[in-house]
Order: sequence, then structure tokens, then C-alpha cells
Amino acid sequence: MERDSAMRYQKPSTTKEAAALLHAEPGAAYVLAGGTDLLVRLKLGHIEPELLVDIKHIPAMREISHSAKGTRIGAAVSGAELGEHKAIAKAWPGIVEATNLIGSDQVQNRCTMVGNLCNASPAADSVPAMIAAGAKAVVVGHKGRRTVAVEKIVAGPGRTSLAKGELIEAVILPARPARSGDAYLRFTPRTEMDIAVVSAGVNLTLERGRIKTARVALGAVAPTAVLVPAAARAIIGTKLDEEALEKLAAACSAACNPIDDKRGTIEYRTKVAGVLAKRAAKIAFQRAGGA
Amino acid sequence: MAAVLVSTTINGDAVEFACPPEESLLSVLRNRLGMTGSKEGCSTGDCGACSVTLDGRIVCSCLVLGVEVDGRSVDTIEGMAEDGVLHPLQENFIEYAALQCGICTPGFLMAAKGLLERNPDPSETEIRYALAGNLCRCTGYDKIVRAVQATAKELRQKDKKKGRRKKKA
Repeated sequence: MERDSAMRYQKPSTTKEAAALLHAEPGAAYVLAGGTDLLVRLKLGHIEPELLVDIKHIPAMREISHSAKGTRIGAAVSGAELGEHKAIAKAWPGIVEATNLIGSDQVQNRCTMVGNLCNASPAADSVPAMIAAGAKAVVVGHKGRRTVAVEKIVAGPGRTSLAKGELIEAVILPARPARSGDAYLRFTPRTEMDIAVVSAGVNLTLERGRIKTARVALGAVAPTAVLVPAAARAIIGTKLDEEALEKLAAACSAACNPIDDKRGTIEYRTKVAGVLAKRAAKIAFQRAGGA
Repeated sequence: MAAVLVSTTINGDAVEFACPPEESLLSVLRNRLGMTGSKEGCSTGDCGACSVTLDGRIVCSCLVLGVEVDGRSVDTIEGMAEDGVLHPLQENFIEYAALQCGICTPGFLMAAKGLLERNPDPSETEIRYALAGNLCRCTGYDKIVRAVQATAKELRQKDKKKGRRKKKA
């Protein structure tokens, strides 16, 4: 009714079939998971797909499972379902909090972490949390599958590195030692229903009270979410004392390449990135059992 | 492409319709099935006026395709009153003047009903978060929150009475 078009809708039952459909379509083809971004773009006429491939009928995409490698979250698992999963909320509170910040309850019941990733917004909430976690994406194409670090998926605002016909089946959060914790914080002028002006995700593991490994990622301060190895180095080997926190903040600010817009200036975003990273690191440290 | 035939359940009744794949569930409800209770506000998932439940979960029907509800269960505002008797939330929205123009009301009622089913005793903060996906430009929200609080209290008291009666029996 809304548009006179030849768009087709398919709901395959395997990832392989989905990849084959996407590969075989000569025109514009899109993956439909929760649709909270895609259907808005369709409605506004920003995209004119020939084919929509609904992945919600693929069992491998609907599941959350655990193995020695880690936790596998299917690409069609909604934000609400993720939030209701007690084991993940306990092991990866930062990931869950980040994903649950996306939109209202209405949006949470539809939106997915992988959709958030593939929509490729620089301000996507779940992405810095996934990058900090060291998450990997399982990418499936018509020729086979590959596993890619999440930070390699987004190529720029609205662009991914996925080849035509490829789609993400799941995200894998790596298994990690007991004394580990993660956290994600974003700054928004409103408490709900807003888009990050700046965000920070931190994931770390302790050994004998000191930070043994860490990953720090920032959102909304560059064309893509960024992993900041220098920020991780600033806190590794420390007990997260004041000096380490200051170095962490400085490394984060140095990694910023933000835009100036009505929601925040370059100076503001650069400063707040360091502040949020410090706060997120403190929460992650505490969650890991650090004192 | 030709319209796709969809078989679904709406407010407990089996319903069949045909629609092109790009048509939203909201458009199907309003323009094909004559169920105009769900309102079109923004049509981009921001305002919540089109809220319905899909397999028991609240969603914006403007952000669901009609073809996606094949084999699933949809509940709309039209199913809230039973046998002509308004739901306590509906009664209290009137009692507390929790509406003015009324466009947002069906969405608020659907979201509030879902909240009270999950959480019979929500705090004011919980109510405000649960209704954050519903925008109202008339009331300033306060009366809506009061109506939901009053309904929660009423329903809890009813449940208690029921429990007591069961004990006696």
C-alpha cells in the first residue's frame, strides 16, 4: 500500500539458504531481523529492496548457547531476550546493559545486537561493549563461513565490510577467567530513548588483584566505534589507581576523532570519552572482584 | 509482487489477510481489517501510538511487516475491553483524565497492561521507564502515571481478595 514495488519477502529456515538467497538476488537485498532500523529506512524511502530475507525462522539465529569457546548469541535474539538470559546478564553485564539501552520496550522486543552492529551507526550502543568483550562475528556467505572480530565489521557510518551475499549468523563472546568484569556507559542528555553522544566499554580480567588483560572501546567519537589499545595498556598491570585512570582517560581522549554537532562539540566529546572510560573501568574492576 | 496471504490470530480470533510484503502491520490493521484503534503517530517506531503485542510482547506495529505475523498471535487495543466491560486501566484513564486528544492512549494502555502483567507493583520510576516508548503531547505524563499506579493498586487488592476467598473455600 505504501509503495508500488516488486519487493519480495523470504523466510528461510537455514543460514545457508539465507546466504544463497542474498547471493542470487541481482538487485538490492537486505536482511530483516528486528526491523527497527531497516523498516524505518524502507518507510522513508532510503532503501528500495528487491528482496528482504527474514532470519527469524532460522533456529541457529534464534539461540543462545554455551561451549568451551564461549557464549554464542544468535543474530535474531532480541535485546529483551538477551536481557532475560540470567547467565549472560551475570557473565557479561556490560554487554547486556549496552544492548538494553537501545530504544524503548517496544524496540527491545524486536531489536538485535547483530542488527545494531550491521546498521553501522557510529553511536551504536552494543558495539563498543562487544568490541571491548573481544566478540567475534560468525559471517556466512554462499561459499562458506568465517569468523571475524567485531571491530572489523563496521567500515564507516552505515557501511560494513560484509561482501554481497554475506550475513552474520551469531556473535561469540569468548570464554574468560573467573575474575573478569565488563561495563558500558554512555552519555545522553535524556535518561531514556536517546542516542549516545559519547560511550565507552571496558572489559578486564584480574590476577592477584592487578589487571592482567583489558580491552577498552569508545563509541560516537569517530566514524566507527574504536578499540583503544593504548587505553588498555594504561591500566594493565595496575590496581586501577588514580595515575592509571588518568593515563586511561588521556589515551581515550587521544583516540577521539569526533564530529561537531548539535548533540556535542568535538572538545566536549573528546573530554567526556576519557571521563566515561574511567567510570566504566571502575565498574568493570569492581565487577571483576577488584578492590 | 503480488500480495502474500497471511494467516494469523488477532485478539484470539483466526484472521486471514493478503498484503504486499512492504506493508506494515499497522497499515494492515487499520486499512485492511478496519481495526483503527491502533494509531499512526510517527510511523518510525518513536511514539508508540501503534503499540500492539506480538506473541505477548509489546511492539510498534509500524515497525512490523504484515507478512511477519503469519502463524503468530497479535493483540490490539480492540481486545482490551471484555464483553463490553472496560479494563480497569481504561476505567482509570478516564477517572484520572489521563488523556486529552486520545491519539496516544491505545498505545499507553497496551504498554501499561503489559507492564502490570509482568510487574503488579511497579515503582513510579519503573512505570516511567516502561512507558518511555510512548509519547504524549497533551497530559505531561503525570496523570497517566497516576492512572497506572491506581490500577496497579486496584488489581493487587482484587488479587488479594481472590486469594482470601480461595483460602476460605
